Amino acid sequence: MTEEQRIVLRNADNIDPEKIEDYLQTGGYQGLEKARSMSRADLIAEIKKSNLRGRGGAAFNCGLKWSFVPADAKVTYVVCNFDEGEPGTYKDRIIVQKDPQQLLEGMAICGHAVNAKQGYIYCRGEYPYVVDLLNRAIDQARSKGVLGDFSIEVRMGGGAYVCGEESALIESIEGHRGEPRFKPPFPGVSGLWGKPTVVNNVETFANLPQIVLNGAEWFAAIGAPKYPGTKVLTLTGDVENRVFIEVPTTATLREVIFDFGGGVKNGSKFKAVQVGGTSGGFIPELLLDTSIDFDSMRSIGATLGTGAVFVMDETRDIVDIVRRIAEFFKDESCGKCNPCREGTFRCCEIMTRINKGKGTAQDIDNMTRLGKVMERVCLCGLGQASPSPILTTLQYFKHEYERKLLIS
Amino acid sequence: MELIKLKINGKDVETLAGSTILQAAENAGINIPRLCYVPDLSPMGQCRLCVVEVEGNVLLPASCVTPVTPGMVVHTESPAVIEARRIILELLIANHPLDCMTCDKMGDCRLADYAYQYGVKGSRFVGEKHNYAVDESNPFIIRNLNKCIQCGACVRACEEITGKDNLSYMNRGYNRKVTTAGDVPYVDSDCVFCGQCVAVCPTGALTEKQMHGKARSWELQKVRTTCPFCGTGCSFDLCVKDNQIVGVTTSPDGAVNGRALCVKGRFGWDFVNNNRRLTTPLIKRNGNFEPASWDEAINLIADRLSEVKNKYGSDSFAALSSARCTNEENYLMQKFTRGVMGTNNVDHCART
Repeated sequence: MTEEQRIVLRNADNIDPEKIEDYLQTGGYQGLEKARSMSRADLIAEIKKSNLRGRGGAAFNCGLKWSFVPADAKVTYVVCNFDEGEPGTYKDRIIVQKDPQQLLEGMAICGHAVNAKQGYIYCRGEYPYVVDLLNRAIDQARSKGVLGDFSIEVRMGGGAYVCGEESALIESIEGHRGEPRFKPPFPGVSGLWGKPTVVNNVETFANLPQIVLNGAEWFAAIGAPKYPGTKVLTLTGDVENRVFIEVPTTATLREVIFDFGGGVKNGSKFKAVQVGGTSGGFIPELLLDTSIDFDSMRSIGATLGTGAVFVMDETRDIVDIVRRIAEFFKDESCGKCNPCREGTFRCCEIMTRINKGKGTAQDIDNMTRLGKVMERVCLCGLGQASPSPILTTLQYFKHEYERKLLIS
Repeated sequence: MELIKLKINGKDVETLAGSTILQAAENAGINIPRLCYVPDLSPMGQCRLCVVEVEGNVLLPASCVTPVTPGMVVHTESPAVIEARRIILELLIANHPLDCMTCDKMGDCRLADYAYQYGVKGSRFVGEKHNYAVDESNPFIIRNLNKCIQCGACVRACEEITGKDNLSYMNRGYNRKVTTAGDVPYVDSDCVFCGQCVAVCPTGALTEKQMHGKARSWELQKVRTTCPFCGTGCSFDLCVKDNQIVGVTTSPDGAVNGRALCVKGRFGWDFVNNNRRLTTPLIKRNGNFEPASWDEAINLIADRLSEVKNKYGSDSFAALSSARCTNEENYLMQKFTRGVMGTNNVDHCART
């Protein structure tokens, strides 16, 4: 059986998150010190070699992302995506609440790599108490002088799901409507206030101090070779233990749900699991032996996403759940691009109709065609991912839809 | 400049580095449908109608904002692209009044053009539609947001051409709409009624009120002329039907102003056909204005001005001319004042 392995949560409940001294005693800020002894190019090469991939959902190679920042850029920024808007996801909050200094150190390491003097943490608006904690942590780091000339400021989101998308997040920090920009240019070239900007997720930054300290090889050897390291998962829904865990990326979904999660609640029969947040695909029982790493998940048409694991037992009505998800996307679409604005609305209409027993086989065909177009043409990841719950449930649980259709 | 080679629809194309796929295609004579792309406004990439297939890319990128890369292989009308455009058009049409038969934009509507091009007769996504009240609060612009496809051209034109920034978006998702600060009617907003928003609107969402119900777009004879209101020299097209002016439109090829006009040029033309308009000089005789010939009028002015000059001296005369006149007219005015009246008392409204 796979054991938990804690990298980003190694200090969780072992130190007082309010005390920087506790963090320093566990070797805190030694990673930053080592990073600062390295040249910028060597540091980026080291992170590239570790094959650390973004933990926010898109799994882009972290070092490669940093390398897009022009070496001669005069002003650059580091932005931490702590919007954590995916329903069922609370891993970033746990990482920050248990060990805020680790995030600051990770950001400062990135700051050294891309020559940034300023970092921003874009924090989910529903976490005001974490903002307070972070501000106290920043004050302590500043008074200890550990961050050097790197400053960090916390900005709060206003509750829009789309602001977890990096370019909408940047727009929001700039004070504009939270709507995504077209890419390219990517933030690494033109981001915050038009300057080269690295946007990484909390968990990505939190991995950096240990990677720098222990070396790229150490990290690359943990978990799946193509998506090495650990992943923090949050278990929700009909699972016995609704807990957070940090496991190597070779752990399988079955291990996650049945070993760490203690199985389906009250001994019920398993029906489906949705991984990666509300835009994740639905996975049936027969695919549970897939390991959680990004590429394995993708190979079964699912996504690792943020690492939310939402378990549904046999009593759950898949069509009703997907209708609720469709309503969520209808509400959270920013409305900038046509296919997402109009498409999420129509998906919600059709799902509502089917769920009420008023849908037809034609509705399913229409929604499938719409979903397949949305996946390819929407402006940002929100619209592109939003049909996934519909399309994967139509693939694995079509009988549940058919049961509800009008008999013509 | 560096040249980049790529393939579009099987054709070898060479284009400048930094060009978008859409520009490269256009230079090669390949037209790509677009609703939000307007060359003289900043790019948005939000209508998604211009998506194309690029080999090796699972997404269909918007060609108006995607730069070309060497060796790129692009298909602008592949089955996947056509399917995407049809679905997008169906989505737009599902939320549209479809009152095309009485729409003033008919014949000049890009949404209708593309629906025609892709054979989109109706929509399989018909459901709820917007039911916004039509804003007819002002004498110049009819604003029907039920026909808005949110290309954002009006928002950009207001900000980037006029510099007013009077329009933006409110709400999210399906309820997102283009509107004024506080969602007030145009007349209560900071709108200066330059009509740039109307000029760039691809659908019937923003139309000229004065032209409403007057003519079908194909019945209009367009006569290029220069605005008479000031010396800037903006050009525009008088829209003429049955020898009557029914409106003014602009086009990006206007030499001085491009598409831009002010409220006077775009909407202030109704004096032309006004029956109270003066067509001859009037001379006041016995307390009444009476029609006179131009010779009579000019001779009268010459006599009176000579009289003033002889009796009170040259410096008793001063000329104030107007920015509404052309440079040439202003030149003549000062020349007359100096050369004929013999004084340097010349001034101009634009100097103050």
